[in-house]
Amino acid sequence: MARIIVVTSGKGGVGKTTTSAAIAMGLAKKGHKTAVIDFDVGLRNLDLIMGCERRVVYDFVNVINGEATLRQALIKDKRCNQLFILPASQTRDKDALTQEGVGKVLDELSKEFKYIVCDSPAGIERGANLAMYFADDAFVVTNPEIASVRDSDRMLGILSSKSRRAEKGEEAIKEYLLLSRYSPKRVNLGEMLSVEDVQDILSLHLLGVIPESKSVLNASNSGTPIILDEESNAGQAYADVVARYLGEDVPHRFINEEKKSLFGKLFGSR
Amino acid sequence: MSTDTEAPIYTKSALEFKSSSFSAPVLLLHTTELKHIKHQLKEKITQAPDFFKNSPLLIDLQNCNDDEKSIDLDALIKFLFTEKLFPIGISNGNDEQNIIALKHHIPMHTMRDVRSPASDSILDESLASDAAAIAKPDEETANTVENMLISQPIRSGQRIYAKGDLTILSHVSAGAEVMAEGNIHIYGSLRGRALAGVQGNPESRIFCSVLEAELVSIAGHYKVSEELNIADPLKPKQIFLQNQALIIKTL
Repeated sequence: MARIIVVTSGKGGVGKTTTSAAIAMGLAKKGHKTAVIDFDVGLRNLDLIMGCERRVVYDFVNVINGEATLRQALIKDKRCNQLFILPASQTRDKDALTQEGVGKVLDELSKEFKYIVCDSPAGIERGANLAMYFADDAFVVTNPEIASVRDSDRMLGILSSKSRRAEKGEEAIKEYLLLSRYSPKRVNLGEMLSVEDVQDILSLHLLGVIPESKSVLNASNSGTPIILDEESNAGQAYADVVARYLGEDVPHRFINEEKKSLFGKLFGSR
Repeated sequence: MSTDTEAPIYTKSALEFKSSSFSAPVLLLHTTELKHIKHQLKEKITQAPDFFKNSPLLIDLQNCNDDEKSIDLDALIKFLFTEKLFPIGISNGNDEQNIIALKHHIPMHTMRDVRSPASDSILDESLASDAAAIAKPDEETANTVENMLISQPIRSGQRIYAKGDLTILSHVSAGAEVMAEGNIHIYGSLRGRALAGVQGNPESRIFCSVLEAELVSIAGHYKVSEELNIADPLKPKQIFLQNQALIIKTL
């Protein structure tokens, strides 16, 4: 049986799709057969981040409606043969998703894949609810600012009450916190919530802190999951997240501001 | 004879009387014109048939008795029964109306905001004892208090309602709402709303480890965070009602 992971947040623009792409690629690179599904019907973006937008023929809604088979719709990643992408439909809206249809697709994927990553749309409406309904694990992506933290909190409430596991009275969804766009410098200046502040509000297991980084935007623009950029802090942070999720003991990084050397200070180098 | 000898065998107490409160809709009448009442009530019932179906109902005559004319209570009660509503009491009726009600086995209730004193004494004794017999089972219908314990954090957007005391071992997030008919104990931070004594018990209290609430309320007396002015916010607090005022005290 596959493990179904939902990447969710409530608020938009916090890095759900970036995270979905990165952890799906990370899991696949570790040798686990992984599928990543875009639930953002109507605002399809995952294919862009994954760099496969020019290979989309059929999509998730086609599969649900029986207009295409899963095999036809799944796009195999060119960089990693363990990774498959199921894109969303751009011409439909979220009402095209049905609980029954989504359940059937996930069941079929479960037979073949080890991990299924569901990239949730923002909001708490149908698309987001269906993305998390069948989940086993939830990655709650949060930015260190109060609006995002509160929306995540709301999402956590929904996760614990409206999921399949909650409705069947099974073991609750495992919830993990992923703090993205974190800038230790701005935390020290008091402009941003610290890891401790967010942990205090959400009381959630911290899976990783992703530092704010220019390389994320560059990676998105070029259709490369950031985890493949091993030079960048953000890429390394996502690699740590995947390792921790798989049970490895990796110390947290990028939480504290890097001390500049005296030399660095004198010359203002970064 | 036989009952006397059998009685001691059953050692557990077969019954007890308890004081308890429960909520029921109150029908407040503004007119004595029965045809208007009938028409508008039917309209209301069609709007929410499930809510009204077989619902107990308290009839408050305060507003319609202010006029010279008094309402035909007999006809009203009969109409309510045909509409599948069950009057369980009348309030603020005059002597004549109280007698009519008792004939239908409906007792009189005195509500807190009553202006005229209750007129039980005028009624003849047989009717009064009838009323007592009916009033008591009514009080019995509510169950024993149900306390609630929650060990998970209460997330933004969640609402919790406890019929007795509510104990929360974790925190209550901003945007969450916890309500209890009794006391509320929160062993984490209270950042959302907490409403104790929601059925009107002024003795209920709120206790929390850290008070950063959006709103606290006891028996309907509330304060929003702006009015809280908390000294030592990080120390455990209790909130209670004293002379109609909310008092926040460090424990």
